[in-house]
Amino acid sequence: MSGLVELLRDYTIQNVAIGAALLGVISGVLGSFAVLRRQSLLGDALSHAALPGICLGFIVAGTRDLGSILAGALTTGALAALVVLLLTRKSRLKTDAALGIALSVFFALGVVLLTRIQGSANASQGGLESFLFGQAAALLRGDLWVMGGITLAALTVTALVWKEFKLVTFDPVFAASLGLPVAALEVALTVMIALAVVVGLQMVGVVLMAAMVIAPAVAARQWTRTLGGMVVLAALIGMACGMAGALVSATSPGLATGPLIVLAASAVVLVSLFLAPGRGLLWEAAKRRTERRRLLHRRARGEA
Amino acid sequence: MLEAFFNDAPVMIMLTGALVGIAAAMLGTFLVLRGSSMLSDAISHSIVLGIVVVWLVTFQQSGPVQIIGAALTGVLTVFLTELLAGTRRVKTDAAIGLVFPVLFSIGVLLINLYARDVHIDQHTVLLGEIGFVWLDTVDLGGYPVPLALLSMGAMTVINVLFVALFYKELKLATFDAALAKALGFAPGLLFYALLMLTSATAVAAFDAVGAVLFIAFVIVPPSAAYLLTDRLWLMLLLGAAIAVLSSLSGFHLAEAWNVSIGGMMAVMTGVFLALAFLFGPRYGLIAQEIRRRGRRRANASRTLAVHLYNHEGGPDQAEENVTRALRAHLRWEEARARRVLLDSLDRGLVVREGDLLRLTPKGRAIAREILEPWRQEAAGA
Repeated sequence: MSGLVELLRDYTIQNVAIGAALLGVISGVLGSFAVLRRQSLLGDALSHAALPGICLGFIVAGTRDLGSILAGALTTGALAALVVLLLTRKSRLKTDAALGIALSVFFALGVVLLTRIQGSANASQGGLESFLFGQAAALLRGDLWVMGGITLAALTVTALVWKEFKLVTFDPVFAASLGLPVAALEVALTVMIALAVVVGLQMVGVVLMAAMVIAPAVAARQWTRTLGGMVVLAALIGMACGMAGALVSATSPGLATGPLIVLAASAVVLVSLFLAPGRGLLWEAAKRRTERRRLLHRRARGEA
Repeated sequence: MLEAFFNDAPVMIMLTGALVGIAAAMLGTFLVLRGSSMLSDAISHSIVLGIVVVWLVTFQQSGPVQIIGAALTGVLTVFLTELLAGTRRVKTDAAIGLVFPVLFSIGVLLINLYARDVHIDQHTVLLGEIGFVWLDTVDLGGYPVPLALLSMGAMTVINVLFVALFYKELKLATFDAALAKALGFAPGLLFYALLMLTSATAVAAFDAVGAVLFIAFVIVPPSAAYLLTDRLWLMLLLGAAIAVLSSLSGFHLAEAWNVSIGGMMAVMTGVFLALAFLFGPRYGLIAQEIRRRGRRRANASRTLAVHLYNHEGGPDQAEENVTRALRAHLRWEEARARRVLLDSLDRGLVVREGDLLRLTPKGRAIAREILEPWRQEAAGA
């Protein structure tokens, strides 16, 4: 116990834990909508597509300034979402191909820009690659304010247009018939996922961001039937997994934060799939067993 | 002569890139058509785990053991994804996004814990460095052949053979899995074989282009080809051709701008896709727009023909069948009315007689086709 208290006193670990908690909250909330709208892999595509934006933000600012880097990431992420939309609406390609195209081509562009920056031998480019895999320990207190601000903004927007988001998620056709701006709301939801990605880049990196969007939401879905419950639960699960991953990684230098957070969230998914009341696989197996037994009893008594 | 060929670094690099492209296009074509493109994303990330585990067990960084290990990891990824989706608690796309990050995470942690000082860092796995392929060579018949070229060449041959041998079965399984099953082929087995080859190719390619850029080669050239043709064999050929062109142009641009060669090759696949998307002869954006305009113009001419036919020989003919009336009665703006009229004159549907517009027999036939279709049928019968 005293070891834990000591861990929590450490300045870097505090930063990492708070950052991970923020990421858990925003990705849990926005991931819920993404998973319900069957856009689970959009987070994956957008996080890969953030790489060229990170580089552009760096080039424009001339230094590793988090604000401009995140603005760049948000821009190219949104652009990639637009490419996905354009390809699926205006060509015969399906969503999976459109996602794969946006993901790989944008990422390749990022790699090209990254080598361009490295070629120009700018001394302050160190740390830019940390966005690829996430480097939670490099998190500064100032970065936390930026991440917190983005999270707060996303949560506020979600609360304000809650009813509209809900309707668009479950029944876009009905929403359109009510006169709601469905396209604008869908764009808003997509941009918000890009926001969550942006918060997660430094924590878990572009590759593992996909899991952060999906895992808390899928886990929460097993325990509740209402959207409100799912969103709140996903935020809590995301936060808990974030902090757990951050604290465990602090115990040993070989344990990277991002993978641990993802593994924690995935473990919660597994537990939820088996144990959640009503939907859990174990409950289903138990129910099937009792039913089979009842049938056998009946047959034995000659009723069937 | 051959010695000079193998010592020519640019040629070796471009050749490796082209082989990655051809090998990937063979498999990618079927993945794109099946709607499982994102499985290549999952596989190329999760093979990191396979590579680390094989390295920890055998201390071999490449070679056949690695390729088999990767193939098994790929199968594991797909198997776990299908298992998860099979519970019906998770949608397929979410299942993909849950499985590969877990495998990737375990792989990264294993690298960090046990393989720190080895050459396989996560960085190389993700990005690759095709520019160095000519450094790592093996002696083959007295010639220094790059290792990456050798393994990519082998994978390309295997993939091309696989597609050539099972062409009919793959085609059937892709377009009509139910029929393939009914006829006694095993579409599921074929699909697993396809994904095993994808993983094996990914491992052979990751030294050269890395995991993420490999996805570009799997998905983008076949997608571009899909925008250009309806024929499967042509799609395979075009996909391979686009991949080769991307490798060649990507290499030269990367040299000119001093940037990542693999990255530039992948960007070029995107450029070719954009070209196909815009200028494709049948499904391209511009072709679609031209067709749409053509239809709209034909419709406008038809409207005019119907209008004229309705009033032809009637009491208000002098009032209705004149240019002025088009504006008032069809509510067309002047510019549009003039355009449609000129168009119809050009197409020989209408002739002018002083002020009056008169239908030609061709124009009358069009109007009748719309207003009195039964007459056409009678005339035809």
